Amino acid sequence: MRSLKTLRAPLASLAILLVIGTLTNHGFLKITWQDGHLQGALIDVLNHAAPLILVSLGMMAVIAIRGIDISVGAVVAISAAVAATLISQADAAAGPAALCMAIGGALAVSALCGVWNGLLVVKVGMQPIVATLILMIAGRGIAQLITSGQIITIYYAPYAVIGNGYLLGIPVALLIALAVTLALQLALNRTALGLFIRAIGLNPAAAHIAGIRARGISLCLYTLCGLAAGVAGLIISSNVKSADGNNAGQLLELDAILAVALGGTSLNGGRFTVAGTVLGALIIQTLTTVIYASGLPPQVNLAFKAVLVFAALLLQSTGARDLLRRLLVRPRSQA
Amino acid sequence: MTRTAGADDVLHARDISLRFPGVQALDNVALRLRAGEVHALLGQNGAGKSSLIKVLTGACTTHTGGIELDGSIVRPATPLDAQHLGISTVYQEVTLCPNLTVAENIAAGRYPRRSWLKGGGIDWQAVNQRARAAMAALDLQIDVTRQLSSFPVAIRQMVAIARATSIDARVLILDEPTSSLDEREVAQLFAVMDRLRRQGMAVLFVTHFLDQVYAICDRMTVLRNGRLVGEYTTAELGQAGLVAAMVGRELQSGSLPARSSAAQDTPGSAAMLELQQVQRRGSLHAVDLSIGHGEIVGVAGLLGSGRTELARLIFGLDRPDGGTMAINGSAVHLHGPANAIRHGLAFCPEERKTEGIVGELPVRENIVLALQARKGLLRRIPWREQQELAARLIDALGIITAGIEAPVNQLSGGNQQKVVLARWLATQPALLILDEPTRGIDIAAKEDLMRAVAELAGKGMAVLFISAEIREVLRVSDRVVVMRERRKVGELAGDCDEQAVYALIAEQA
Repeated sequence: MRSLKTLRAPLASLAILLVIGTLTNHGFLKITWQDGHLQGALIDVLNHAAPLILVSLGMMAVIAIRGIDISVGAVVAISAAVAATLISQADAAAGPAALCMAIGGALAVSALCGVWNGLLVVKVGMQPIVATLILMIAGRGIAQLITSGQIITIYYAPYAVIGNGYLLGIPVALLIALAVTLALQLALNRTALGLFIRAIGLNPAAAHIAGIRARGISLCLYTLCGLAAGVAGLIISSNVKSADGNNAGQLLELDAILAVALGGTSLNGGRFTVAGTVLGALIIQTLTTVIYASGLPPQVNLAFKAVLVFAALLLQSTGARDLLRRLLVRPRSQA
Repeated sequence: MTRTAGADDVLHARDISLRFPGVQALDNVALRLRAGEVHALLGQNGAGKSSLIKVLTGACTTHTGGIELDGSIVRPATPLDAQHLGISTVYQEVTLCPNLTVAENIAAGRYPRRSWLKGGGIDWQAVNQRARAAMAALDLQIDVTRQLSSFPVAIRQMVAIARATSIDARVLILDEPTSSLDEREVAQLFAVMDRLRRQGMAVLFVTHFLDQVYAICDRMTVLRNGRLVGEYTTAELGQAGLVAAMVGRELQSGSLPARSSAAQDTPGSAAMLELQQVQRRGSLHAVDLSIGHGEIVGVAGLLGSGRTELARLIFGLDRPDGGTMAINGSAVHLHGPANAIRHGLAFCPEERKTEGIVGELPVRENIVLALQARKGLLRRIPWREQQELAARLIDALGIITAGIEAPVNQLSGGNQQKVVLARWLATQPALLILDEPTRGIDIAAKEDLMRAVAELAGKGMAVLFISAEIREVLRVSDRVVVMRERRKVGELAGDCDEQAVYALIAEQA
């Protein structure tokens, strides 16, 4: 019951966006079955939202323990670079083994990035935003070193399935995001992880004294965040069939933080919502799609996006809601 | 029969009522403060003291009733507004900035400016001068240009008072100012309060310590369940009568459940906990200590005597640099609370709000927290079991809460403390360390807590009971360890005289 209440604002934002989408493009909500899979603007939104959903979930996990990870965009680039390099080196004999190598290698490196961030925060005691700033800057460099400054094109067709393929008519990327969402939700509710994260986020000192191994859990969550960014990197590089160390996942960290905030997770830690975060990511992707489909001149895109994001955040803020209520109620009380 | 405000009444609040959703916090309460008096505001947790203070200081404005200040009706809208009207407050948790100097803290928000002829900006000389004058008015000579954090809590409290009184205050509200002070510091504070009284200020003193009421106050107002019980002079109402007025029933103290000596160690068996020369540089000199099963060992000492440091070392929150520690005869090295808990230790910290409860989590989750942490991430305690455990402990400790899913920060201080205790009882510890468990909680909750501790010891649990209230320590303990200046200075039997403990604490090294 209570969780539904906190989801009201992001649900309302999403609904309003969908209405705007239908107004600008009458076929926006239409979903058809074509060429053996689902098709339509909504399916595109869901498909393209997959990387953001994954990155946002990782972001949510670290924000819930009073952390943050602004290196996720760079980790996306690293993961894409590692996968592309591994698979193009083995190009001649590229087979399932090379594919597994590429995916496994990319995920391992991404997890390592998360461990690095986690160690800086937990062991060295750096402020999370500073600790992850290091990898945010260095990560782009590492990605470019891996690809030797080139944009690597991936010719191996099966790799494209991750970002472009369909399983039972549903986009594979969407299925991956869905699976990760469900797994995270289960881990939070079926184990004590959710309780521990809330306790650490709300009162770290009390959690420590109660015997919760906060450092270990923090390290795991930073690793998880890196891993999620790695999966997103695979999807993005597969979608465009190339790895661009410079531009892959550019500014994705900011979209992820925005998605987490829009979804109703407290940036102070302790209070988080998986469903809200997914909704937040969907809001941002819908917004992007609606703007592109609206036919507005490109130079107003960002300004338009800013207005809509601002409106959505106002909808979230209790202060704005109280103000609105007071403005609406005042005339009556005077009467 | 309504008495009109007397000539010497500075503040007269009448018919104050305040409703929160579901609770009548105040119900037609009245309060009269005279110039040149220290007036105690008394009542148990939840009696309405905090609500009344919130109304007086403008932190709460939804009340009905009127406040008369110096003969004119006022209605403070914000704490700042109340300050301008002449009602200043010093809160229980000192709300100053530790990273600023004493002078900056006193002047914060109203810095004197230099004239633009001299280049404008803040006139730091005037800031320091005013601070020195404000501290001198309290008869305190300290270096006001030093950082606030370099002074002990007591001095910080004085600085807060200096800040409050340096505005032309007519009424000074002190909300539990003594709860973190030791006895010497309390005496210092009382001297300051007495000085303010002689300067003609009306001081409203909120406290749980009844001895202190009789030591300093002229009159008192007692609240119970949001209603006014009465206004008395300290001369006309004795301590027993006061307790009865606060609690609404006669409390019989001194009747803790008797414990059979069978539960205690038989000679020859290994002690539950044995410390030998355990020490930590800058925190605690070498200490020997042994606690048997079913034994309550009290720790008496002033603030800063090393009592909390001892508890932290035992629980693995700090690492000792020397000495050995043994549990049930086998040596252990504890590295962190999780490890200590696995060895059967439990620790209720002194700072209930910052280190004890997780305020926004429900009572149930607060209670299962330590047990779940010991079981680990994967073995989640099933929902039903959590509910049963919480309900059982709520019942056993008499925790008053709207329900097991109510957030803990909605509970009163005493009940929050009981929740922390319940959290540890859920782990069925072999040794329970209680650091100031009765601080800032009301008499009935105190009684409940002491009774629970005695009962637990009767069932074989070892208890380390740390408290600044010597009488309390003596009442509950089998043995008392006395600490001074970060070392153990002696050990006394639990039935020894209070004076013997004081003598040991006061003795010059």
